[in-house]
Amino acid sequence: MIRTHVLICAGTGCTSGGSLSIAERLEGEIARLGLQDEVQIVRTGCFGLCATGPVMIVYPDGTFYSRVKPEDVAEIAEEHLLKGRVVERLVHKEREGIALHEVPALGETTFYKTQMRVALRNCGVINPENIDEYIAMDGYRALGKVLTEMTPQEVIDVMKASGLRGRGGAGFPTGMKWQFAANNTADQKYVVCNADEGDPGAFMDRSVLEGDPHAVLEAMAIAGYAIGASKGYIYVRAEYPIAVHRLHIAIGQAREYGLLGEDIFGTGFNFDVDVRLGAGAFVCGEETALLTSIEGNRGEPRNKPPFPANKGLFGKPTIINNVETLANIPQIFLKGADWFASMGTEKSKGTKVFALGGAINNTGLVEIPLGTTLRHIIFDIGGGIPKGRKFKAVQTGGPSGGCIPAQFLDTPIDYENLTRIGAMMGSGGMIVTDDSTCMVDFARFFLDFTVDESCGKCTPCRIGTRRLLELLNKIVDGKGEPEDLDKLEELCYYIKANALCALGQTAPNPVLSTLKYFRDEYEAHVYEKRCPAGVCKHLMRYEILEDKCRGCTACARKCPVGAISGEVKKPHVIDAKKCIKCGACIETCKFNAIVKK
Amino acid sequence: MKSLEELAKIRERMQSKVVLREGTNTTRIVVGMATCGIAAGARPVLNALVEEVANRNLNDHVAVTQTGCIGMCRYEPIVEVFENDKERVTYVKVTPEMAREIVEKHIVGGKPVVEYTIGAVDAK
Repeated sequence: MIRTHVLICAGTGCTSGGSLSIAERLEGEIARLGLQDEVQIVRTGCFGLCATGPVMIVYPDGTFYSRVKPEDVAEIAEEHLLKGRVVERLVHKEREGIALHEVPALGETTFYKTQMRVALRNCGVINPENIDEYIAMDGYRALGKVLTEMTPQEVIDVMKASGLRGRGGAGFPTGMKWQFAANNTADQKYVVCNADEGDPGAFMDRSVLEGDPHAVLEAMAIAGYAIGASKGYIYVRAEYPIAVHRLHIAIGQAREYGLLGEDIFGTGFNFDVDVRLGAGAFVCGEETALLTSIEGNRGEPRNKPPFPANKGLFGKPTIINNVETLANIPQIFLKGADWFASMGTEKSKGTKVFALGGAINNTGLVEIPLGTTLRHIIFDIGGGIPKGRKFKAVQTGGPSGGCIPAQFLDTPIDYENLTRIGAMMGSGGMIVTDDSTCMVDFARFFLDFTVDESCGKCTPCRIGTRRLLELLNKIVDGKGEPEDLDKLEELCYYIKANALCALGQTAPNPVLSTLKYFRDEYEAHVYEKRCPAGVCKHLMRYEILEDKCRGCTACARKCPVGAISGEVKKPHVIDAKKCIKCGACIETCKFNAIVKK
Repeated sequence: MKSLEELAKIRERMQSKVVLREGTNTTRIVVGMATCGIAAGARPVLNALVEEVANRNLNDHVAVTQTGCIGMCRYEPIVEVFENDKERVTYVKVTPEMAREIVEKHIVGGKPVVEYTIGAVDAK
């Protein structure tokens, strides 16, 4: 009889930290201690607190171990699993003020305490490779209910009443999308799941697919019933091997149980799902490019209208929903549209998953009701900025989004508010920057990404983004001219107005929002040839402070290009023309006499 | 899957197996599993408790866990029951049979088995 479950994260983050070898070793230890009939090891999806991985939770007591190493395994088995003594030194510790204190159970961490998990509810709880565990968590009950008790129109009405909006970026109401597709008559319709998660820093879709793949399959079948489609495709990036692997397992198990296939629940409804792998092009996350790619063509977007709901995959009515959107749907049918609509703000209902990254202590995935403030997400759940640095801005929505400066930290986050302050929800990636980040350089990073990823079909995006990048390069290289700032802005608006698809239309956003909120940094680069954050190499100067320099000659001997000169015991000087800004002199100086400006 | 009943059956069969992970227990049965406890026979007691709790479908609110030595090694195996808002009850020199009886009378019936408690054994 099993008395203890040991949950080990087998998501991408913890796997790269060695969680699979930890699980294997633990199995060996458990066998050695003769506990194999008492202790069960469960490999789950992502728990969310990726920064502290590999993580392990022991139930029923709920002890939360973080940063577990293979060599800790024997101790956990012997002490905790056999003798019931919690291994204190491995228990997750949290920073409160300066002192670290132990947090014995996962649910008590400040990271989890205020989260509300709907889309991620099974991630880190069930074994994603076992359909029975999903069923135990009410899995496929929503599909059963929909097929046996509701008409397709009733299903769509529930979706509309719930207020669920697309979680992939644009935030279009899901129920309306379904209605458009349902209104069309056709011999074949399609349900497509967009799992081509491409925003740098966003990984919620990957985590759902890895941790709860059946939720996506169930929701796709519900969508199929609602619009009259019998075929679904999941378009997932090939760079997500664990997600792809688990999807294949899940589809196989669902087919075996007859939850995909023909005559599901004896109702005569047929639905099946296939997986299509994307080759990693960012533009294929754009829905029309995605459909073109599934059809076997080069992944390029096309004009809308016609919208996919009228003319989509293979020219048939198609709905495309994002992974996180789908993961919410079974819950809406089990708990009701009112329950879902009770969370969130007036126009943005439910919860949203955010991927926290960058200069933040708790890198990971959080799910909170919409309407929560950025301050709560970043400083409470996220644990604030590391190394005592100051918060500068947070970039939401990846390369299509914008920067939000400190003055908006108390703005409740929903679709409308983010758009209003010049950012966007996007897929929910949040990259936090501190005062050591140069905002011009930051905007340039995203532009560099979009220039690489532009498919090249339309001129504003193909050539316009490149010209933007060149302007930014010019500014960070210290060659910016006063008129460049206006040029930059003009070009941004031109691209926004004329690009063919959302990739191009939103590409200038990082530039526009940094220009809006951090114009002083751009101006410092252009007018004063100075980088306030001290990041842009060409604008940096190293100087020796005369009053602090003892003339020890240590820096002069260290300088690889002989840029430092001076007499012994007298202040030295750096020749700015020779200096390559390697920073070796600063590290060498024992008197803090060298400064970077 | 041809019917909702089939789905419900799998769900019921599996639920008792995953309920351990909910962490919503209001009652905890704790078995002393230090060296002294194990030497005195705590393992079969622990297993008996786990089985009995599962057989009676109590998993949704009762957790069986272990603890280390609490310093009364001569009384091992020791089993303690913690219920919300109630004083803890400490059973001593527990055997698997006694463990099953404790689940039946105390956890289900709500009445501690007084003759197995530390107070009663001490008085002898």
